Amino acid sequence: MYAFDIERPSSVSEAVEALKNEEAQALSGGQTLIPTLKQRLAAPEKLISLTGISDMKGICEGAGGSVCIGGATTHGEVAEGASAYPALAELASHIGDPAVRNRGTIGGSLANNDPSACYPAAALGSGALIVTNTREIAADDYFEGMFSTALDEGEIITEVRFPVPECANYQKFVQPASRFALVAVFVAKYADGVRVAVTGASEDGVFRWTDAEQALNADFSVDALENLKCSEEGMIEDMHGSAAYRAHLVKVMTKRSVGAC
Amino acid sequence: MPADGGIGASPKRREDVRFLTGKGNYTDDINVRGQAYVHFVRSELAHGHINSIDTGAASAMEGVVRIFTGADFESVGGIPCGWQITDRFGEVMQEPAHPVLAQGKVRHVGDPIAAVVAETYEQARDAAEAIEIDISELPAVIDMKAAVANSDVKVHEDLISNLCYDWGFVEENRDAVDAAIKGAHHVTTLELVNNRLIANPMEPRVAVGDYNSATDDHTLYTTSQNPHVIRLLMGAFVLGIPEHKLRVVSPDVGGGFGTKIFHYAEEAFCTFAAKACGRPVKWTSSRSEAFMSDAHGRDHVTKIELAMDAEGMFQALRTETYANMGAYLSTFAPSVPTWLHGTLMAGNYKTPLIYVNVKAVFTNTVPVDAYRGAGRPEATFQLERVIDKAAREMGIDPIELRRKNFITEFPYATPVAVEYDTGDYHATMDKLSEIADLSGFEARRAQSASNGKLRGLGVNCYIEACGIAPSNLVGQLGARAGLYESATVRVNATGGLVVMTGSHSHGQGHETAFPQVIADMIGIDASMVEIVHGDTAKVPMGMGTYGSRSLAVGGSAMFKATEKIINKAKKIAAHLMEAADSDIELKDGQFSVAGTDKSVAWGDVTLAAYVPHNYPLEDIEPGLEETAFYDPANFTYPSGAYACEVEVDPDTGKVDIKSFAAADDFGNIVNPMIVDGQVHGGIGQGIGQALLEQAVYDSDGQLLSGSYMDYAMPRADDVPYYTVDHSCQTPCTHNPLGVKGCGEAGAIGSPPAVVNAVVDALQRAGHDITHIDMPLSPSKVWSAMNS
Ligand SMILES: Cc1cc2nc3c(=O)[nH]c(=O)nc-3n(C[C@H](O)[C@H](O)[C@H](O)COP(=O)(O)OP(=O)(O)OC[C@H]3O[C@@H](n4cnc5c(N)ncnc54)[C@H](O)[C@@H]3O)c2cc1C
Repeated sequence: MYAFDIERPSSVSEAVEALKNEEAQALSGGQTLIPTLKQRLAAPEKLISLTGISDMKGICEGAGGSVCIGGATTHGEVAEGASAYPALAELASHIGDPAVRNRGTIGGSLANNDPSACYPAAALGSGALIVTNTREIAADDYFEGMFSTALDEGEIITEVRFPVPECANYQKFVQPASRFALVAVFVAKYADGVRVAVTGASEDGVFRWTDAEQALNADFSVDALENLKCSEEGMIEDMHGSAAYRAHLVKVMTKRSVGAC
Repeated sequence: MPADGGIGASPKRREDVRFLTGKGNYTDDINVRGQAYVHFVRSELAHGHINSIDTGAASAMEGVVRIFTGADFESVGGIPCGWQITDRFGEVMQEPAHPVLAQGKVRHVGDPIAAVVAETYEQARDAAEAIEIDISELPAVIDMKAAVANSDVKVHEDLISNLCYDWGFVEENRDAVDAAIKGAHHVTTLELVNNRLIANPMEPRVAVGDYNSATDDHTLYTTSQNPHVIRLLMGAFVLGIPEHKLRVVSPDVGGGFGTKIFHYAEEAFCTFAAKACGRPVKWTSSRSEAFMSDAHGRDHVTKIELAMDAEGMFQALRTETYANMGAYLSTFAPSVPTWLHGTLMAGNYKTPLIYVNVKAVFTNTVPVDAYRGAGRPEATFQLERVIDKAAREMGIDPIELRRKNFITEFPYATPVAVEYDTGDYHATMDKLSEIADLSGFEARRAQSASNGKLRGLGVNCYIEACGIAPSNLVGQLGARAGLYESATVRVNATGGLVVMTGSHSHGQGHETAFPQVIADMIGIDASMVEIVHGDTAKVPMGMGTYGSRSLAVGGSAMFKATEKIINKAKKIAAHLMEAADSDIELKDGQFSVAGTDKSVAWGDVTLAAYVPHNYPLEDIEPGLEETAFYDPANFTYPSGAYACEVEVDPDTGKVDIKSFAAADDFGNIVNPMIVDGQVHGGIGQGIGQALLEQAVYDSDGQLLSGSYMDYAMPRADDVPYYTVDHSCQTPCTHNPLGVKGCGEAGAIGSPPAVVNAVVDALQRAGHDITHIDMPLSPSKVWSAMNS
């Protein structure tokens, strides 16, 4: 780790101000950033901690029965507290281990947009709204590829709003070593349509499997997926699985999600 | 029996109180006044010529004490290899130099090039980044067969080729084996890989060097399974420090699994640098460094052929193995695929003719050496896999085929040079059948099938050689060390004992089990016995802990020293009771005169030994302290039968272990609870190897599985509840305790059980699959099912 200073603002505006310093970087749960610093792969001069900002913490009910989660809310808090959206709480309860869940946050996860992370699937699969200090970004516009998002420099995710579906389910097939998603699928059924979001599989990060959505809109059943095949083009290929395997798992996990819905 | 646990009791492990409450004293807990910290600059390339190293700017940086490169070590020796193999043609193996810091070339990712000693770790790391190193990259030698076939690119230019040795065993049998295989009724052939593993002990390696310029004394604190071995190798071969001026201390060691046997460059560096810098120097490995600098394990590529007659009787066995040595020869590397592997190829079976060929190969990878089981898991895996395949080809039940070929008479001289003293392989198989409820398998399979899962059963046997080893024998085989063990038993005036032993614990529970033996012999409480180990200044020269040798060899040394103590104490007691020596009996800590009611207590005798007022001074010396060295007459041969049941998810290829049962014969048992724990841990590691773990290099020699993000260690939910039994006991005939050793059995016996079970599940489901290489990850199993 290189030496750095740390600031602990208590409001979003203070944090935004502090992040105007070019050498500053936001720190939330640190479950991604701290290991990066330890390996000396990043060298921010100043870390701006977001976890002391009470406005960014907690879970509440928003307009139209949506679930609003503060950007600095930990996975553990979501697992315990998001009972209004059980599939989301369930997803949070399987991120990492207890130590990770007690520190890691939803804002940090979405800002990082790891191609194998869990929350991106929930956000995209729910058509969530990513609320920042300057704007509201629809999930469909937010994820821009592996580790890449619509966030501007210094922009902070303050809240994430999830419309609550009629039913939803997340099926995570873990990569044996990291236990991130090798392939995981989030299916959510809303009055205005079904959304299917896939994480872990694609070199472009989380994506919607639109063929499956169409089939499920016509007939929300496991059988409706039977004749579909997810293309292996652009799928991640590594020691844990081929592109073909990942494409295959997309279908298996989607079927299981629908079956559990 | 002592109230707090003699032989056969299961008192809780006394050392765990310290380990579990944060009161352990590990090497990283040792900080010497004035110490500086070292950071190693390690090669990021697998293979390259070092053109230049510029430390100028770095040396001027804040906090830097001194920067070392290979040039600083030209006048000292290299890291030695402790075992020399003679090949099929009578030539000794090719043995490359292994400098402390790279000289001229880097040969694997992680090879240390330079070392920065600074006031703090961070300053050392900062300066390390400022060192300018110019390296011309060379093509990496990674694939073993290619490395042997083509010597255009050599890991070591001064060697003839990348082949370390081509070993044949038993060479005289070669033609007879070939002929038997040619003429056999049926030959089953299997090609397989024994996957490369990284031990990953919980505690990474640490070394602290200290030097006293006033006395010229060197001290090295290090995470070692065998401090005396390090003292000898480093003192005599690397740094030229005589043993009386070099102390090596290994306090609590947080797991080793073999990887802390070896003498590593970082140890020599810290010892050397402490003198050169005039202050103590400390190194603590990061986990990332551990992945690329701790010796790796296994990494064999094997073809095995088993010839049978029409009844399935084994007639001949032939194997050809490529064994990866990595870039340099680690301490015991050459012995692992040869003497610890070839000699075990008979397994539990009466195969009359065996020929084992091993080609050891240099590659641009981390050195490979002994890892829990060391050679025996590789032998067991291929043998028990080929037998399983043979059973299917011959249409014989796999258990039946094994039983038909079991060795049943002991002692049994195998065609691969070892003599099994005892064993009862039918007994362990019978026991396994009972504890694993083998007869209930079909019902369980039907149940799994109704849940859409493919259930399979894998059974295998194993035999291993522990209690390494008769010194004269290993000397003939090329060992550059003896393999006895030592113990000094010091009795204090008030009756307590301190036992100083060369066996060292890296988590096995020695501090609990050894006192049980001694307390049982004397009839006192085990709490009166204290174990001292891990410090060359305190304990007699001993060889340390590996090869499941501590109780069989170290325990025997303690037994012998305690016998001497008892004999002398009896003389003192005889004097106190005015009786003849030969009439004295010792029971429950009381010396009595046979046939009388006269007795004196243990404590009375020990007090008399140190306050010799009423004492036979003309016949015996005061004091009560004895040393014994025990050199075993043979290896010990634990054996057993294992069964694993798995469920395969046909949609994903994921394997779930539903049950695992182990019936072991470890001879006599001192602490059944500790034995259970050793077997549990060993099976867990075996399941890790079978399903999860693999060190992966790409063709450029980059270690792709260089962290826990990609190297999969078994977690609690990857393993089932185990059913273990060690009631089948055929005591070892040649050591005084009748014990065999249990530390590695689980890791040796379990991988074939898991793979046999998965193959069984797939075959029962109609897949024409005869083998899948470990680790049987979901993607590999799925690919096999869908190819
Ligand atoms: C052992 C382990 C296992 C894990 N397993 C999983 C898993 O199974 N599934 C999974 O999804 N994740 C997993 N993770 C990742 C974990 O969920 C992280 O917590 C998460 O990805 C990052 O969140 P954080 O709060 O820790 O962010 P930090 O590490 O603090 O920050 C990450 C990045 O986001 C930026 N950032 C942080 N907060 C904000 C914000 N509010 N607005 C804008 N930018 C911000 C930071 O500047 C930084 O660039 C695991 C992590 C570990 C260590």
